[in-house]
Amino acid sequence: MIKIENLKASIDDKDILKGINLDIPAGEVHVIMGRNGSGKSTLANVIAGNETYEVDGGNITMEDTDITEMSIENRALEGIFLCFQYPVAIPGVSMAYFLRSALNAHRKYQGKEEMDALEFLNKAKAILSELGLDDSFLKRSINDGFSGGEKKKSEILQLLTIDPKLAVLDETDSGLDVDALRTVAKGVNKFKNENNSVLIITHYQRLLDYIKPDVVHLMIDGQIVKTGDMSLVEKVEKDGYSWLEK
Amino acid sequence: MVDKNQQVIDKTLDQEYKYGFSTDIEETKFEPGLNEDVIKKLSKIKKEPQWLLDWRLKAFDNWKNMSEPTWAKIKYEPIDYQALSYYAAPKQIKNDSLDDVDPEIIETYNKLGISLNEQKRMQGVAVDAVFDSVSIATTFKKELSKHGIIFCSFSEAVQDHPELVKKYLGSVIPATDNYFAALNSAVFSDGSFVYIPKGVKCPMELSTYFRINATNTGQFERTLIVADEGSHVSYLEGCTAPMRDENQLHAACVELVAHKDSTIKYSTIQNWYSGDKEGKGGIYNFVTKRGICLGDNSKISWTQVETGSAVTWKYPSVIMQGDNSVGEFYSVAVTKNKQQADTGTKMIHIGKNTKSTIITKGISAGEGQNTYRGGVKILKNAENAQNFSQCDSILIGDKCGAHTFPYIDVNNPSAKMEHEATTSSIGEDQLFYCNQRGIKLDDAVSMIVNGFCKEVFEELPMEFAVEAKQLIEVTLENSVG
Repeated sequence: MIKIENLKASIDDKDILKGINLDIPAGEVHVIMGRNGSGKSTLANVIAGNETYEVDGGNITMEDTDITEMSIENRALEGIFLCFQYPVAIPGVSMAYFLRSALNAHRKYQGKEEMDALEFLNKAKAILSELGLDDSFLKRSINDGFSGGEKKKSEILQLLTIDPKLAVLDETDSGLDVDALRTVAKGVNKFKNENNSVLIITHYQRLLDYIKPDVVHLMIDGQIVKTGDMSLVEKVEKDGYSWLEK
Repeated sequence: MVDKNQQVIDKTLDQEYKYGFSTDIEETKFEPGLNEDVIKKLSKIKKEPQWLLDWRLKAFDNWKNMSEPTWAKIKYEPIDYQALSYYAAPKQIKNDSLDDVDPEIIETYNKLGISLNEQKRMQGVAVDAVFDSVSIATTFKKELSKHGIIFCSFSEAVQDHPELVKKYLGSVIPATDNYFAALNSAVFSDGSFVYIPKGVKCPMELSTYFRINATNTGQFERTLIVADEGSHVSYLEGCTAPMRDENQLHAACVELVAHKDSTIKYSTIQNWYSGDKEGKGGIYNFVTKRGICLGDNSKISWTQVETGSAVTWKYPSVIMQGDNSVGEFYSVAVTKNKQQADTGTKMIHIGKNTKSTIITKGISAGEGQNTYRGGVKILKNAENAQNFSQCDSILIGDKCGAHTFPYIDVNNPSAKMEHEATTSSIGEDQLFYCNQRGIKLDDAVSMIVNGFCKEVFEELPMEFAVEAKQLIEVTLENSVG
C-alpha cells in the first residue's frame, strides 16, 4: 500500500527524520512507538504532505504512485487519511457540510457520482449510531467546542465516511477515557480490511489491547531502529526505550 | 508556504470584475458642475413641487458651508464636485410598459442577473431598477397595490403621493445631517419609495437594483421606507457599476420609519466596482443610512454584505425611540486589493427596554483596510436598555489591516452592555485540515470565510443568502495558497 524509502525531513533546518524506511502492505496494521520528539508525528505529517516540513530526501510511494511531491489534497484523494492529534476548529462550518464536501471530493476524484444530501445523511447517521454519537453531531461546527473525546470520535467518523486506503492515526488515543478509547478502536477495527492499511502512532499499549497490530516499529531520533511483533510493545511498556540506544 | 500564499493572493487580485461592462446607450446628461441652476433644472425635469425645490436649495446652501468629514480611516484623492455631472438618464424615459424601455437596458439587467420581466423574475421578489439617475422599471406594482402597498420610484412618489413624501422626507436624516447627506438632499435624482399600510405584511421581498453606467457622474439616490402600524417589510438593494479608470461618486441616503409594532428588514448586497489592482478607479461610496423606531415594539434590522467600492463610508443606524423597540446591524465587509472600508453602525437608545444587536465580520485580503466604527448611545431615560456587540475580523495574507473603533456612551445606570471583538488569520492549520480531507484550497478558504460570516448570512433573505455566499467565493477566489 505505502512504501517509504530513506525519507529525510526537517523543520527550520533542524533534521527530524533521518532516513525512514517503512513498507505497509495492504491488509496490515503497523504501529510506530517512540519517545516524545523522536519524529513520530513529523512522519505522520510528512506522509500527509504538511508543508511546514521540508522533505530533504527519499520518497513515498502509494500503490506504485510516487507521491513525494504531491499536494496535500491530491495525496488525500489518492487515499491517505490523517487522524489528527489536535483537530482544529472551524467555526460556522457544520460537520455535515464539511464531511459531505470531503466525501464528494473523493468520489469525484474516483470518477463516482457525487452523493446527494439525503444519501449522505443516511450514510453518516449509520456511522454515528455505531460510534454512539447523536445525529445532532452533524449540525455542530467542526471541532468547535468539542471535548477531547468528541474531537477524536469526529476524526473516526470522518475516517469511516471517507473510507481511505491508508489511515494514519497520530496519537489518536492520547487523552481519551476508556469508553472513548473503545469507541475509537471499534471504529478502526470496522475500517480495516484486507484492501487497506493502518498506521498507528502511539505512546501506549492500551489502544493495542483493542486493535491487534501485525508489525511494530520502534523509532529513536528520526530512525526506525527495531521492527518486530506485539512482544516489542510489551518490552517497551516494561523497560522503556533506553535498551535500544547504542 | 508564505511565498506561495503571496503568489496566489496576487493571482486573485487579477480577477476580473464580472459586472464591469458598460452599456452603450444615448443618455441625457447635464454638463459637469454644481450650482443653484443645476438644482433648479433637475427639479424642473422632475416636475417637482416648489416645497421640494426649496428643500433642495436649503440643503445646498448648508452644504456649501460644510466641509468633508476627515475622521474616517480612509484616504482618497480629493473629489472635485464641479467636475461631476449631476444627472444622467437614458433618453427613453420610463413608461408603464416594459416595451418602452430601451432593449439595451433590459439586456444590461439580464446580464446582471436581474430580469425585469415579471414572469421571469425570481418568485416573490419585486424590483425597482435604477439606472444612473433614474428609475427604469418597477415590477409587481399592480400586485402590490392590491394590498395597499406603494412601491415605486422616488420621482413617482413625489408626483403621486406628495403628502407622504413631504411628511417623511428628511425626518430621519435631516438635510443638514452631514456633508454627504446634505449633498444628496440637494441633488438626489431618484431612488425607491415604499409605504406599507397599517397591519399589512408585505407578501414579497422588495428590492432596488442600482446600476451606475454613465461616466463622470455621481449617483445620488434616495430611498424612503415607511412601515405603518403593525406592518412588516423586507427590502433588499443591490449595486454594480462598470469598470472605469476614474473614480465615481455614489452618495445615497436611506431613511426608514417604523411605526408602532412594525418591522423593517433592510438588506444590502453592495458590489460596486472596487478599482483595479493598483487601486485605480472604483466607486467612492459615501452613504448615510438611518432608521427610526418611532413607535413602541417596532424593529429595524440592517444586514449588509459589502464587497465592492474603492472606498466605503457607511454607518447604517437605528434610533430606538419607541419603548421595547429593537435595532439590529449585521455586517460582512470584504476589502481586497487597495480597497478601504470604514463602516459600522450607530445605535441610539431613547425608549425604555430598547435592545440592540451588532454583529460585524470584517475580512481583509491583499492590501485591503477594514475598519469597524460603531457607536452605542444610551440616553438618560432609556431604562433597561441592552446592547450586544460582536466585531470579528479575519486577515488573509500579511499586507492587509483590520481596525476596530467602538464608542460607547451610557447615560442610564440600568443599561446592560456587552462587547466582544476578535481578530484572527485564516490558519495554516485550518487549511491543512481541509486539504487533508481532499478539499481544494479555494474551496477551503471560502468554506472557512463563509463559516466566519454565517451569523450574518443567516439574517439575509434566503434567495440572497445564496447570492452573498457566491459573491464572497468569487471575491476571495485564489486569495490564499
